[in-house]
Amino acid sequence: MEFIDYYRILGLDKTASADDIKKAYRKLARKYHPDLNPNDKEANKKFQQINEANEVLSDPEKRKKYDQYGKDWQHAEQFEQAKQQQQHYQHSQSGGREEFFTGDFGNGDFSDFFESLFGGARGGGGTHRSQAKFRGEDYQAELQIPLSAAAKTHQQTFTINGKNIRITIPAGIENDQKIKLKGHGGPGINGGPTGDLYITFNVVNDTPFKRKGDDLHITIDLDLYTAVLGGEVTIDTLDGKVKLHIKPLTQNNSTIRLKGKGFPVYKHEGQHGDLYITWQVKLPTDLSEKEKELFTELAALSKSHHS
Amino acid sequence: MSTQELIPATDFCVSHNIDITFIQSLHDYGLIEVTTIEQSSFVHIEQLPQLEQFIRLHYELDINLAGIDAISNLLQRIEQMQNEIKMLKNRLRDEM
Repeated sequence: MEFIDYYRILGLDKTASADDIKKAYRKLARKYHPDLNPNDKEANKKFQQINEANEVLSDPEKRKKYDQYGKDWQHAEQFEQAKQQQQHYQHSQSGGREEFFTGDFGNGDFSDFFESLFGGARGGGGTHRSQAKFRGEDYQAELQIPLSAAAKTHQQTFTINGKNIRITIPAGIENDQKIKLKGHGGPGINGGPTGDLYITFNVVNDTPFKRKGDDLHITIDLDLYTAVLGGEVTIDTLDGKVKLHIKPLTQNNSTIRLKGKGFPVYKHEGQHGDLYITWQVKLPTDLSEKEKELFTELAALSKSHHS
Repeated sequence: MSTQELIPATDFCVSHNIDITFIQSLHDYGLIEVTTIEQSSFVHIEQLPQLEQFIRLHYELDINLAGIDAISNLLQRIEQMQNEIKMLKNRLRDEM
């Protein structure tokens, strides 16, 4: 655990007056406040530091304690004891969460340094964002799912703050898409409604396809002879194998479209994007004597045919 | 609209320790809806997150109503742009 210089965070020196602190906090808060920086984790982190610095420096008692101990931080025995207690506290807090599930549930917003110096309970009068005043706090979480699973409407059960929640994930969910689970956030205060739970989906591609919106793209190798003479090729799509007729003289890098074989369209049941297949014609890498002879013959034929 | 979706403005204000005139001013600026039933004002439950955001902007950051109005418009634009960026990033991510 490192010493945190709260004065430096607010851009002040130790002689700063209460008014200087208030002004510096307001100025920085206007820059980094989460309400003004939606979906910006860095700004959010920065705001937490500013908020913490303000929490300490704007409270005369906390500031006094901080100034006193901060000076001899390296040698303060009390901190070491507090640190051990803190580790124990953290350990007991971390249980019961699903492995794949990460999120901000309102715990641990303040640093270990703060908690060890002032304890787990926050002083009143702070402007901490996660303190609900009427409507419960909204929880943010991330859920990782493979692309193959995102292609089908499916149910998933997980535990959040000791509560089992079962959700239906509609087919076609996009990477980074957020869904709201109404009423699964923090409890309201004074009869206020419960907050919501927002889940951001992190869709990881476990398929050979490239997804572009609702369309899928794939490049498939085609041997020279099938490309020249035509034939049949069986390919895998998301919903099974498909046999395709290859036209004679199919060109390298040419693309065909399989209508409705792409990704499901979110919340439009039965509707799918298209699948685009790009043929990559593979030339032989090794020729037998006979093959070489026949290619030479072909080359001569081709020369006379085109001359 | 069912009454379950309405919250008495006074309850909300007491809980937040703010004056009801602030709610009225936000309404006058067209930033939130307020429904009046038998001389009592109600705020809409689905607007609470936004309303609480306005309260934070005003009481924590000292931003006046005109500022909140401007910020509210800019935040909408940021949201649109973030969605657009998200879509474009998703299109590009398999290419890299």
